[in-house]
Amino acid sequence: MKASVQPYSQEILLERLEELYEVEFTWLKVDPLVAVLVNLDRNTQDFILGWAMRLLTTNVYISHEFIIRVVEALDRLERRVIEAWAVHAADTFDQQGLRPALLVIQQVDAFLEHAHAHAEGITFAEVESILSTFVCGLSGRRLKLAQGDTVYTDSETLYLPNITAKLVKSKDNFLLCKAQVAFMWAQTRFGSFRVDFTTAFTDYPDKEQALAAFHALDTLRLEAYMERELPGLWRDMQRIEQLRLDEVREEEGVCNMPLQGIWATCRGVLHTPSATVDDVLALVPQVLGLPIPQPVYQTRLNPEAVMTCMLARMEREKILLRVKLSELAKEMRGEEETPPDLPLSREEEEKKEVAPPEFELREVPEGQGMELVLDDKPIAPPEEVKQLITSIMLDWGDVPPEMLVAAGPGEYDPSLYQKEEKDIEDVWKGIYHEDGAFLYREWDFARQHYRKNWCVLRELEISPGDPVFVDKVLDKYQGMIKHLRRTFEAMRDENRLLKRQSQGDDVDIDALVEALADSRDGREMSDKLFQHMHRADRSMAVMFMVDMSGSTKGWINDAEREALVMLCEVLEKLGDRYAIYGFSGIGRKRCEIYRIKSFDDPYNAQTKARIAGITPKDYTRLGVAIRHLTEKLNGVDAKTRLLITLSDGKPEDYFDIYNTQYGIEDTRQALFEARRTGIHPFCITIDQRGKDYLPHMYGHANWVEIDDVKKLPLKVADIYRRLTTR
Amino acid sequence: MENTANSGNTALIHDPSTYLIEKEPYYVPVGNEITLFEAAYDNHLPLLLKGPTGCGKTRFMEYMAWRLQRPMVTVSCHDDLTTSDLVGRYLVKQGETVWVDGPLTRAVRTGGICYLDEIVEARKDTMVVIHPLADDRRIMPIDKLGQLLEAPDSFCLAISYNPGYQSVLKELKQSTRQRFVAIEFDYPKPSLERQIIIHETGLDEAITDKLLKLADMTRNLKGNGLEEGASTRLLVHAGKLIAKGVEPRAACQGAIALALTDDSDMIAAINELIGALF
Repeated sequence: MKASVQPYSQEILLERLEELYEVEFTWLKVDPLVAVLVNLDRNTQDFILGWAMRLLTTNVYISHEFIIRVVEALDRLERRVIEAWAVHAADTFDQQGLRPALLVIQQVDAFLEHAHAHAEGITFAEVESILSTFVCGLSGRRLKLAQGDTVYTDSETLYLPNITAKLVKSKDNFLLCKAQVAFMWAQTRFGSFRVDFTTAFTDYPDKEQALAAFHALDTLRLEAYMERELPGLWRDMQRIEQLRLDEVREEEGVCNMPLQGIWATCRGVLHTPSATVDDVLALVPQVLGLPIPQPVYQTRLNPEAVMTCMLARMEREKILLRVKLSELAKEMRGEEETPPDLPLSREEEEKKEVAPPEFELREVPEGQGMELVLDDKPIAPPEEVKQLITSIMLDWGDVPPEMLVAAGPGEYDPSLYQKEEKDIEDVWKGIYHEDGAFLYREWDFARQHYRKNWCVLRELEISPGDPVFVDKVLDKYQGMIKHLRRTFEAMRDENRLLKRQSQGDDVDIDALVEALADSRDGREMSDKLFQHMHRADRSMAVMFMVDMSGSTKGWINDAEREALVMLCEVLEKLGDRYAIYGFSGIGRKRCEIYRIKSFDDPYNAQTKARIAGITPKDYTRLGVAIRHLTEKLNGVDAKTRLLITLSDGKPEDYFDIYNTQYGIEDTRQALFEARRTGIHPFCITIDQRGKDYLPHMYGHANWVEIDDVKKLPLKVADIYRRLTTR
Repeated sequence: MENTANSGNTALIHDPSTYLIEKEPYYVPVGNEITLFEAAYDNHLPLLLKGPTGCGKTRFMEYMAWRLQRPMVTVSCHDDLTTSDLVGRYLVKQGETVWVDGPLTRAVRTGGICYLDEIVEARKDTMVVIHPLADDRRIMPIDKLGQLLEAPDSFCLAISYNPGYQSVLKELKQSTRQRFVAIEFDYPKPSLERQIIIHETGLDEAITDKLLKLADMTRNLKGNGLEEGASTRLLVHAGKLIAKGVEPRAACQGAIALALTDDSDMIAAINELIGALF
């Protein structure tokens, strides 16, 4: 049996914590922390200290506060949930700064109020993927899932809290999340928001009370829908509600009463399939002042959020539908736009003044929804128009006929219904910094968790360089290129006839004659009598990721560019699909990827000019570049996918934590992620100290160091050849 | 219930080039596809059936083979399919080379229907072999035999493909597709799909409606993680399991969720949808 380990003594704890929090400089008091920790067993002490250290890499005050608060949580929550809570605080710090993050830690009380004792809570991250898909499968408007402070919806996004722990078992807490998501879906799907919240409750002296009564009554109405539409889920909902009621009864000794009196009558009314939100409004006065039932899955009603979101959407979609219909009408009637500089003939002028095409929505006879009709012919609208019509019907209850009139040319300013495209350069500089940029997570090895949406990345165009550069390279390495081309041509997997096969398309006459002769001689006859056409199938896609950091200035940059020219020359011969991207950037908010050649770009004058235009820029934040290019590479259909990095040193960034082990660990993690999707990463470096960190990042066999920069152009093609042949 | 011709324990052996389907296969027309097929057949035009997997293309072909009382030879195409696999090849038997017709040749010789299923799976250069059969010449040269077969009037060539695959490699060559009369298939309308499921499985309406609702849900997921929604065929499979007494949730998980995808999150989400319905 394992001997029980002694807990840390007061002295040891004091010493460790003083060292940890550098008390001479921070003036933080560690005595209360020692008092908290000293009575715990060793295992718990280690758990808390471990997390305190992880949080310390984020912020010293958060870590300090964490120890003070964690003991209250310890008795009541699973460690997994405590971890989630700590990570949530660190995420909040990343996104909003110290004060809100401290609040997260301090408000553990508020959090615990909703949490059940010893709850196996479930975190948002655990349910997000499954429930996003779940809600996507339900009919109606496409809804998104996001993390919020409470459970509510603005009619487009469903918000769930970071942790759900109202029930004891994690299975039930998951069901609760699912029920809440389905409930919010039902709100948007069955017209709960077709109410003017600004005016509908003004006559009531206590507006809040009226709203609460409305929400409770509407919940009854939606329950009936759940029962009809999703009977399986409804059974689960009743079960978790029963669990909660049982608990309340145990704790408070009150008997669980089914709905009685007026509430039961109301439910009878609202359970009919024809009940609408107007019926709910009409019933509100009857239940005012009565205690309000609140089932466990009931969400919070947020009329302000709904109104803001809905009004903006209604305005936008009204216009968007008419614009889309005008595009559709053009397509259906085959109209061509007259170029503006040609004067219109009289006939055409008249035609132009003809009223815009009017569509019609008709009910399909078999009760299978609606179909769109133009000129008395039913047409199949594209998916986006279908979605739009669904969304409008949900908001308005119907599609008003005026919305089915196609918009005239130039009737609306595109900015009214489209998101404005901003010039990338301006955006990069200005306050709309993150607009349209790619956000990537980054692995924080100290925290052992990702930092969410941590890096902001943009794809930029490279300014073309001197077109003569490529010719010069070709001249310089003429002999070498010829040799390489020959080698690569030999690698090309061409169709070839395989003789003496046991199966094939045709009889191999030579083999047959030999075999017959053998059999006459009394020897055994071979069964390899066929010839078979082996077909070329070299399905390879390779992504070159080129270091454009400041440190490549001079020789290295020249060598890189020369290497790329030689590669392109030989890869064109080989016929593999390839792309080249450069990467650089400064800080996590300004990561840059430069397109030199995408998979679809041909190797032409423009591509050559872009290769010539590769110039040293700033720093090497590798992880985010790998993540971005991995996504690109995965979009290509190929059996083998290679990601080759050309680099001159360690991952680094401007005065950043990235220069430490953090950067190496993040790069390693990004490469893991790439490998998991079936990509083979490889690194070619000219850093003499590469062996110190590259094996850790790429694995022992997946990198190569070139000792002389000048050899780079010759070596890269050769390495590629070795990598891609058996 | 579906017709199962062979209720014994051993397989019945038929020659595909002469075998005629005797019992009418169950098929409910969705539109004018039967008239269109017959008109094309009478005019010696080859046919192209488009549509998602499991929407009834093959069943339609069986039905037409029965209706026209012609033998049908089906070839499921794959990327290793060679021209010889279709036309025929020499084999060695007892020291002699013997010519053996491929399925396409057999169908031409006997004036049957040759149905090339999932044609895009085959390599484009293999498919060129059908070109002379698919235009007004209706001939098939067999170089190795030194023969030129002229197809009889009753011969019919039909191919099928699923335009849903979003891959450039799986597109039909223009020179191939422009020889065919195309018939488009889609999942049948709900009322028809209900009728089909009830007929094929013998389930009651209530549970059939739940299956249809589930099908709709998975079809909503198309393009959001699923390549295809549940086909009518999958619904029939699930229905048959339920009719045999399998618990509905388990039947749908096995016949629909696991059959649609390997992605564990997606399977979990579909299972949640199933759980919400049943």
